[in-house]
Amino acid sequence: MDITITVADGVPIYRQIVNQIRYMVASRLLEPGEEIPPIRTLALQLKVTPNTIVKAYDELETAGIVRKRRGAGTYVSEEGASPLASRERRRIIEQRVDALLAEAHQLDFTADDVLGVFRRRQAEMGRKANPKLSMEKER
Amino acid sequence: MTEHVVDVAGLSRRFGQKVALDEVSFVASAGRIYGLVGANGAGKTTLIKHLLGLLRAKSGSVRVFGRDPVRDPVGVLRRVGYLSEERELPEWMRIDELMRYTQAYHPSWDMGYADDLLDTFNLDRAKKVKELSKGMRAQTGLVAAVAHRPDLLILDEPSTGLDAVVRKDILDAIIRTVADDGRTVIFSSHLLEEVERMSDHVTMIHNGRVALEGSVESIRDAHQRSSVTFAERLDEAPKIDGALSTEGGGRSWSVVHNGSIERFRQSVAQLGGEVVQSRDATLEEIFIARVGRGRLSAEAE
Repeated sequence: MDITITVADGVPIYRQIVNQIRYMVASRLLEPGEEIPPIRTLALQLKVTPNTIVKAYDELETAGIVRKRRGAGTYVSEEGASPLASRERRRIIEQRVDALLAEAHQLDFTADDVLGVFRRRQAEMGRKANPKLSMEKER
Repeated sequence: MTEHVVDVAGLSRRFGQKVALDEVSFVASAGRIYGLVGANGAGKTTLIKHLLGLLRAKSGSVRVFGRDPVRDPVGVLRRVGYLSEERELPEWMRIDELMRYTQAYHPSWDMGYADDLLDTFNLDRAKKVKELSKGMRAQTGLVAAVAHRPDLLILDEPSTGLDAVVRKDILDAIIRTVADDGRTVIFSSHLLEEVERMSDHVTMIHNGRVALEGSVESIRDAHQRSSVTFAERLDEAPKIDGALSTEGGGRSWSVVHNGSIERFRQSVAQLGGEVVQSRDATLEEIFIARVGRGRLSAEAE
């Protein structure tokens, strides 16, 4: 499992692990029913104290994202995975929008200014992406 | 009965005029990793030597597994693994001789585990200790420290002067010690990023006193790093309530602070400023704010 930890930005390590696993579940990089690494394995991989992994997995279980089977590992929840994933996807986008709005406020952009920039960039990216799309269609 | 693995209470120690430890208390419970941080000469090694029974408590008490390590060295040391920065190993011994020698003192020695580790580290058992590189010495010392599967593993600046590969071997040994059967690790380090990742609990020692201690999370929760902007340029650092260190110049300053965030904001506002951004401070920022940058960089050399 590809998780990156940084201690530079002040986010607690267990929270970085929780956020990245939530993201992987929401984006289906981790499928419902898939096993996630044992505590010891992930601790060795990330070079963090095993108790941090325990804490992250506990929080993921409380949130209903993973389920522990006694003595048999930890798995991505089967039930409720899809409504959870859609809620989670919305949560991730909302976090990005919140950060964007905060930044816009700092730089004196109104919400309408931001929307204008959003549409213009979307159009520009569309133009760049289109030739590739049409080539793929031809194949 | 829940008994602490280590229980140090009110420990003080002088070397001549110099106060090495001043009323230090330190408690460690099973299944957790304890990080000791502090500048050179702050008292970390002196504390560790008391745990090993190498120094006798002049005032205060030291208990390891409920025993006094000076009065009952056998009862304590057979359950302890120890690796020091100096890695004091007998120079004339071959690695395999050193393993047998160490095994003799530890009834719980696991030869299979020792062999696995020696193979993993690619250590030639016929080599003498004096022929080993710094990294190989550290690896050899590590095998000798963990192969009896100690209930308490103590490492004094284990990473100092080692390359990334050997540092990783040491971190792996720490993680396995705790993950496999809930044993306990105490390690001192000046690599604060390593301490932040690896510790459940941190004790910061400064001038022989415990300057700060708690879970990594509680320490970080209690300390913020904020960017502050003022309407006018300031010629000297503003004196803000709760600030531990203030760096910057002109209109922009970055402040590491603890205590009430509300009070901090009010204090900034009273001085004609605004808090632009706040986040939890990292252990390194907290250490530098409390102990001073000069001390840390001297330590890192």
